[in-house]
Formats: sequence, structure tokens, C-alpha cells
Amino acid sequence: MINLVWLVPLFPLIGVFINGFWGRKLPRSVIGGLASAMVGLSFIVAVLIFFDLLRQIQADHHHFYHEVHLFTWISAGAFEANIAFLVDPLSTLMMLVVTGVGFLIHVYSIGYMDDEPSLARYFTYLNLFTFAMLLLVLGNNFLLMFVGWEGVGLCSYLLIGFWFEKQSASDAGKKAFIVNRIGDFAFILGVMLTFSTFVNLGDFEGNALNFYDLFQYVIEHPTAIPTWTFSLICLLLFLGATGKSAQIPLYVWLPDAMEGPTPVSALIHAATMVTAGIYMVARCHVFFLNAPDVLAVVAVIGVVTAIFSATIALVQTDIKKVLAYSTVSQLGYMFLGCGVGAFTAGIFHVMTHAFFKALLFMGAGSVIHALHHEQDIRNMGGLKDYMPKTRWTFLIATIAIAGIPPLSGFFSKDEILWYAFSSEFGHWGLWLIGAIAAFMTSFYMFRLYFLTFHGECRVDHHTKAHLHESPSVMTVPLIILAFLAAVGGFVGIPHVFHVPNLLHDFLHPVFAEGTERFMHESHGAASTEFLLMAISVLIALAGLFLAWNFYLKNPKWKEKYESALDGLYTVAYRTLWNKYYVDELYDLVVVKPVRWTSERVLWKFGDGVVIEGIVNGVAKVTVFTGQMFRLAQTGYIQNYAVSIVIGLIIVFSYFMLK
Amino acid sequence: MDNTVFTLLPLMILVGFSLLVLVADMMLAREQRPALGIVALIGVIVSLISCSWLWNAPQTAWSDMIVSDHFALFSYIIFLVSTGLTLLLSMRYLSEEDIQFGEYYALLLLAATGAMLMASGLDLMTIFIGLEILSISVYILAGFARRNERSLESALKYFLLGAFATGFFLYGIAMVYGATGTTNIKVISQVVSEGTIRSQSFLWIGIALLVAGFGFKVALFPFHVWTPDVYEGAPTSVTAFMSTAVKAAGFAAFGRVFLSALQPMHADWTGILWILAVFTMFFGNITAIAQRSVKRMLAYSSIAHAGYMLIAIIAGDANLSSGSLLFYLLGYAFTNVAAFGIVIYLSRKGETEFDGKDYAGLAIRHPWLAFVMAVCMVSLAGIPPTAGFMGKFYIFSAAIKAKFYWLAVLGVINSVISVYYYLRVIFVMYFEKPAADYVHGTLSLGMKIVLILSVIGIFQLGTVPGSVMALLQNSMMVFQ
Repeated sequence: MINLVWLVPLFPLIGVFINGFWGRKLPRSVIGGLASAMVGLSFIVAVLIFFDLLRQIQADHHHFYHEVHLFTWISAGAFEANIAFLVDPLSTLMMLVVTGVGFLIHVYSIGYMDDEPSLARYFTYLNLFTFAMLLLVLGNNFLLMFVGWEGVGLCSYLLIGFWFEKQSASDAGKKAFIVNRIGDFAFILGVMLTFSTFVNLGDFEGNALNFYDLFQYVIEHPTAIPTWTFSLICLLLFLGATGKSAQIPLYVWLPDAMEGPTPVSALIHAATMVTAGIYMVARCHVFFLNAPDVLAVVAVIGVVTAIFSATIALVQTDIKKVLAYSTVSQLGYMFLGCGVGAFTAGIFHVMTHAFFKALLFMGAGSVIHALHHEQDIRNMGGLKDYMPKTRWTFLIATIAIAGIPPLSGFFSKDEILWYAFSSEFGHWGLWLIGAIAAFMTSFYMFRLYFLTFHGECRVDHHTKAHLHESPSVMTVPLIILAFLAAVGGFVGIPHVFHVPNLLHDFLHPVFAEGTERFMHESHGAASTEFLLMAISVLIALAGLFLAWNFYLKNPKWKEKYESALDGLYTVAYRTLWNKYYVDELYDLVVVKPVRWTSERVLWKFGDGVVIEGIVNGVAKVTVFTGQMFRLAQTGYIQNYAVSIVIGLIIVFSYFMLK
Repeated sequence: MDNTVFTLLPLMILVGFSLLVLVADMMLAREQRPALGIVALIGVIVSLISCSWLWNAPQTAWSDMIVSDHFALFSYIIFLVSTGLTLLLSMRYLSEEDIQFGEYYALLLLAATGAMLMASGLDLMTIFIGLEILSISVYILAGFARRNERSLESALKYFLLGAFATGFFLYGIAMVYGATGTTNIKVISQVVSEGTIRSQSFLWIGIALLVAGFGFKVALFPFHVWTPDVYEGAPTSVTAFMSTAVKAAGFAAFGRVFLSALQPMHADWTGILWILAVFTMFFGNITAIAQRSVKRMLAYSSIAHAGYMLIAIIAGDANLSSGSLLFYLLGYAFTNVAAFGIVIYLSRKGETEFDGKDYAGLAIRHPWLAFVMAVCMVSLAGIPPTAGFMGKFYIFSAAIKAKFYWLAVLGVINSVISVYYYLRVIFVMYFEKPAADYVHGTLSLGMKIVLILSVIGIFQLGTVPGSVMALLQNSMMVFQ
């Protein structure tokens, strides 16, 4: 079955071709069903591969890594670009998440986009995105990964700007594309540096782009490459990851990406694309472990992003903006996990986050759909009576992300925090900041929940009259995801409970060899772990309690607190409301100077005078020469014969004169 | 009769089928004549099968006058692909132009036979005979639209200038014979490398004449002068054949002589070919920009492509050069026949202007046709993932490997120039409004097959080139 892994990306690609070429002629009911079915088929194949892989690992635990070579695209000397896939526990898990959650989002889209005129275009992009993401995850070499990496970037641009008639949407699309481009540039530099470093090693015999060859070599020759080279490579790769996974300093595109249709936010900006950076760091863990300084950078950036965007999320009033900043914050946790060497924990959080964040976005979408594109939570409230299914599933997701046991978010977040505290690469400071951010998460998520579904209904009369639960094509995916968000955590129960940690056991072979030189099993005492766990739970409950009082039970608390802090509160509130003015800062420091330079120096002078002069000059000369040559084509055979004779004389004289 | 006679099996099959076509022609009514195309097509397919049969046992025959090495056999495949596709294009086209005569199909098969003889000739005389069989067939084909003045004019021009060039070529052979005492390619190579030449200047004059002769056939600057007029005047299906099979035959023989017989003198002849390649590329591309008719643009583009192909020969390493050259020629055959096929479909008797109503908005009227044309243009421009990109990639990397850095750079610059006029076709098809009074035509079955096969071929060579390149490894082993 593993050898059929190419089917997994193939199905969505078929969908792209069918909907892309004939979509306009297909009946509307077929388009969405077809696109969903293609991803569904991929999911079925992925599940079969998963069981096949499991069987093989059980038979022989060294048998966890498979490469499926399709063909060699270009082969020139040491450079060999293969179209080949890798199947190991890590890529299989990602594949399951991408196709599984992706499938549900495709189905949900059928309902959400029911009044969209360019349905075929939408589903073509969605399938193309799934295809690119699968390439990224399954590629067995840096080059193929880069193809997927760029592919998801392109699709995210197309989907964010899907309603391109809207200025803000097309601006957001461009912003995402440009910011990602900065990251991609760093990423490809990192890949090139990797290639040139390994190609020039005397005893490296593998393919200098192939993951397995590279990592195996590093494991076997730990000292062959100086640490600073690894540091540089990893820094470049990580900068690429901050672009794709929306970390400081390149996170700014993600909140704006909410301009796209809501299912897109669920698929791209929650469940899949943004996890590409974490996947890449986990995939390259062998490199990163050899660059401990960069690993520390990863952890710090992760935790700072986590708390930074959590604070912004505290005050936002757009339902999708809150979720967007919460995504950035949760991605920060994942990087924190990777940064302290707990790659399994990071990937675990990728999985649980995919469940509950997709659910949150789709729940938000369900609300937005019902309220005719109203996104401001100040104009919502009391929806629990109108939309029970949406409400209950949203509540489950909120509990999960807040980190209240036994829902999934608790297990993954707690594992990250535990490793941040106890691992060799960890530090109690990382844990502390992470814990404070967890408190904020719980607070702003329950704030969002209470303001949306509880209290008095602030929806205007006209809309209220039509309020109704979304159709089952939308709610059934919600229910499935709610189930996953609720129980998904049980695959990774901490070791202190002395039950098997299924996820850890499954992923263990991927990370075992690379990490064993640097890390040992967690060495903290069981009592400490229980204590920290208890603190996490208390923190989450405290957030819940505070939000409940502020926004539902005792709004006076909020007023009292506001007046007590008075001036400070206003300043803090305004700063957060304006997202720390980062967009304005970037605008001032980057965009304006670049604009000025490109307008005054590059455009008016450089392009207008120099380049245009050259280009137009060349073009004029070219066209003129072309016209001259054309005139030489007289049609008279005598002239032609003369030309041939002149040519012969030139050739003769060459040989005579040399 | 020993089995070396089967070395010529693919040629004999074609000759047999061309006779069959002529005989059947007499027995068929006028409206049944397109069936002759099917007969010829069967001949091409049978010949292709015989090529694969010969593949594993390369050998020489007839006192080393003929060789069936992989270079020759792969060239056969290129000729047969291009002949087969041309036949599929022609059946309906000839009826529309009212020139449905059986000789057409027979001549096409004979021309292919001549091309094969050029590719497999291990003796300058064999190559010359192949050249003549090919040329005379194509002279007639160029003037096949006998009631069309332009067609007749082009045939006459081609014939007169061709006779001129043939003279050069034959003199060249004589001079080489005078210098080395032989016309056999293997022996020439031996004599040259041992340095037992009788007269150095004779050899140089001979090489110069051969360059002119080949330069005429493959349309190198300044021997290209006939190309635009003949390509434009000839029936379009014949132009498709000339720009692919005839050019490929010229290059096969060119490669055979220069990469094998004259390989030991590599350093002496690269200079002049370098100059010719650069001028040819620049001339072809720059003049193509100024063209308004697509057919004429493709004629100049075909001159430019001859320049790229010449780079492969200049690189001079027998394996790398011949491999990349043949790969390029195969990709070019698929691309160009399809492009000319679309020109045929859109031209409907008369000039095909760029800005005319035929191409404007083709994407709306005929999305598939526009797509195929766009694929062809992208491939000709050398943009991945198409055959044109991989072909250029192999040729330029051969040049770089042989340390002809500047040549590779100039080749890339030329590719960039060419993008301008290829993309203009795409622009017109996709972004200009179609004329209101346009009447829908229908595609013949043969045309559909050509377009589908070509697109498959272009993408197959562009995405999975490894399998074909593996066939071309050591293609010239036999006679080295």
C-alpha cells in the first residue's frame, strides 16, 4: 500500500484538472461534491497507508522509513531532482491531518459557499492547495518540499484574494504573498547552502537534497560540518518557517488573511498551511539539534509570539481576528515545543490544533453565514438558542483550546509546557511565559464564546427574523471535528499516568536517532510534573472564571477593574486594539522607505530614465534590425544566392586565415 | 543473403509502402484518396516497430556504408514521428486545398526514407544519396499546390538554391576525399587523428563546403535565405514536415560528420560554427519579432532553433552532444507539427495575420485549441515543464560542460528574446476579443490525434526526460 502513496496527491490534482477545465460547464452540485470526493479518496488511501506502516513498524521497528521513487526530473552532475515521496510516521500523520481535516472543510464549503457564483474556481484552488500541501509533506527532498512550499503560498494568495473585487481582500492577498516571499527567499537560501555544503564534502555520497541521505550523514558524522554552518542553515530555514507559520517578525499577514472565505481560513490559516513551518523544522530536527543556539532562538521566538499575539487577541472584536491571533499564538506554542527539542509534542499540538482550530473557524463561519456576513461580536450574543449545534461544538473547541482536561488541547499544550520546563533545552522562564499566555488564551476564548452565544441578542431585527441553524452539510463536519477535538488528546497521554502514549510511540522512531545524542528522556520528577499540570488546569479555569464574570455574570467587575487602572487601562487597551502598531511600524520602517526608494529612485530615475532608456533602446534597435532583416528578404533569388556565396566566403576565409 | 540486409529494414518498409500507395492510387476514386494517407500511416507504424526490433543489435552493413546504431535508430524515430504526425494533418488539408493526389503520400514516405539514409550513412556518399532522395521529394512537395503561385514559386526557389547547395556539398565531399583518400566516416576519423592527411588546405576547403551544404539544409545564417519564402509558400503540412523531419535529417548527418569523422579536428571547426550559431540565433529571433504572420514567425523561429541545435554540435562531446541534439529534435518535432497543425486549421486558405481575427480570442472560441497552441509556444520558448525547456537545458549544459560558457549565455539571452514573440501569440489568443463574425470550423479526427499526441509528447519529455535520455546514452558507440 505504501507504494501507492502517489495516489494521495494525485486525487486532488485530478480534481484541479476537472474543475479547472470543465468546472464552468459542470452543474453546481457536482463541483463541490467532486472536489470533496477527491480529497476523501486521498484520505482513504492515507488511512490504508497508515495501517500498512503501523503493521510494518510492528513487524520490525527499523522499518519505519520508506521512499517511493516515481521518476527523476532533472539529473545534472551532483544535482539530481527526484520526484519521490517519503512515508514515515511523521509524514503519515501530517498526511492524515491534511486529507482528513481538509476533507471535512471541503464538505463544509459546499454549504458555506452555496451562493458563490465562481464555485468552480473556488474548489479548483482548494484542491490545488491540498495537492501542494501534500507535496510539501510527502516530498523526500528539499526541492520537492519547496515546490509544495511555494504552491501553498500561491494558493493562499489566490484564496485570500478570492473576492478580489473587494479592495481589502486583494490587498490582504498581496500582503500574504509578499510577506511569505521574504520567508521563502530565506528558505531557498537555506536549501542552497545545505546543497553546496554537502556537495563539497569529500565523503558524502548521497543526494545532497534528499532528507534521508543528509540526516543519516549528519548522524553518522556528527563533527564533519562546523556548528556555525548548521547555525546559518537553520537560521535561514527558520526564517522561512516564520513566514509560512506566521511567527514574529513575519506574522503580520495572517490576521489580514481573514479577508478570504471562512472555510479557507479554517483550512489554510488554521489546520494546514501554517503548520508547514513546524513540519519543516521537525523534519530537519537533525540539523536544528546541531545548532543549539538557533534552537534557543526558535523557542524564544515561539514563546514571545505566543504571548504577544495572545495579548492582542484579548481586545479584538472581529470574531475571525480573535481566532487569527489565537492561531498565531498557538503556532508559537508549537515552535516552543520544537525549540526545546520536544518535536513530538510540537507535532502533537499541530494535530490537536488542526482539530479544534478548524472547528472554531468553521463554527465562526456558521455564525457569519447565519448573520449574513456580520463578523463583529459586539453585534452578536445570545445565539445559543438559535444555533444549538454550532454553539455546542464551538464550546467544545473553546474548552479544548483553553487547555481544560480531558479535551485534546490540554494534553498537547501541557506536554509542550512540561518540556519547556524540564528538557535540556528548556528553561523555567519559557514555561512561565507560556503559562501566562495559556491563561490569556483561556480568557479571550471564553470571552469570545460568551459574547457570541450568551447574553442578550444584539443582532438587528431584520437579521434576527431569519436566524437559523446552518444546514447539515455544514454542521456534520462540525460534529465530527468536535468529537476529534474532544478525544484527540487521548493518543498522547503523559507518561506519568503510566498508560501508553500512542502518538509518542508512533513518532518515536523518526526522532530517536537524531535526538539521542543530545537528549535523554525527560528527567523531571513525577511530582513536579503533576504540580505543573495542576497549575495549568488552574490557570485555564481562572481564565474561564474571569471571562464568565466579566462578560456574563458580573459586568461590574469589568467596570471596576477598568476604573481602577484608569489611564493605564486606556493606553494598554488602545495599544492592544491597534495590535501594538506593528503594521504601522512596518509601514513606516519598511513599506514607506521602500515605496519612496522605488518611486523616486528606482521608478522615476532608475526605471524611467535608465532602464526604460535601455529597454526601449534595445527594443527599438531590435525592431529596427528586424525590419532591416525583413527588407533583406527581397524574394529575389539572385540576392539569396549572393547571400549564400558571401556566407561561403566567410567560412572559407575563417579556415584560410586561422 | 546474410542478415545485415535487415539493417535497412525500416527504409525498405517505407519504400514498399510508398509503392503500394502509388499502385493503390490508380485504383481508387478521387474521393477515396484520403485512405492512402492511412496506408502510408500504417507504413510509418510498421517501420517504427522494425526500429524497435533493430534496437538491441546495432550493426554496420554494405562495406561499412550503413550503420544502425542508436543514433541512427533514434533519428529514424524522430523522422517517423514527424512523418506520421504530418500524414495525420494532411488528409483533410489536401482535400480542402483541392490537391488530394496520391503522390503526396508516396513522396512523403520517400522523403522520410532519404532522411533515414542520411542519418544512417557511414559514408559521405551514402549521406549524399540520402540528401538527394530527401531533397528532390521535398522540392516536389513544396510545389504541390500546383495551382497556387506562391507554392510554385517557393518550390522553384528551393530547387534552384538547393541545387546550388548540393553542388557545394558534393565539392566538399570531393575535397575531403582528395585530402584523406576516403569517403568513409570511420576511416576519415582515423586518418585525421593519425595526421596522415595528404593536403591540409584541401581538407579545410572541404570542411568549409560541407558547412555551407549542411548550413543550407538546416537553415543556418547566412545560408537560411530560402527558408522564410519556402516555408511560407509551401502547403502548410509540407512546411510542418520541412521544419521538423528535414531539419532533423540535416542535423543528424551534420552531427554524424562533425562529431565522428571530424571529431579529431574539433578545435579547428568550433570557431566558425560558434560564429554561425550566434548569428543564426540572433538573426532568427530578432527577425521573428518583426513578423506579422504566424506562419512566417514560425519560419524565423525555426531558423533560431537551428542555432540552438548547432550549440549541441559545437559542444563536441559525441555522447553528450548527440544525446542532447536528438532529444531537442524530438521535442521540436512534436511541438512544431502541432503548431503548424493549428496554423492549418485557422488559416482557411490565405494569409494568417497575427492581429487578424483568426487568433484573437481563440481561448474563448476554442479553449482546447488555444491551450495546445499555448503549450507549443511555451515549449518553443523553453519554459518548464515542457520538452522545449528540457531540450535547451540539456544543450546548454552540454555547452557548459565543454566550457563554452559564452555560447550558453548567448543561447539563454536568445531564449529570453524569443519569449517576446511566442508569448505574443498567447496574449492575442487569451486577451483579445474574438471577431463577432467568426464561423466555427470542426477539427478532423487526424488533427485531434496530432494535437493530443503532441501535448502528451511535450509534457512527457518535459517532466520525465530521464527515460528518453537513458535511451540516448552512448548513442554513437558503434562507430567510435
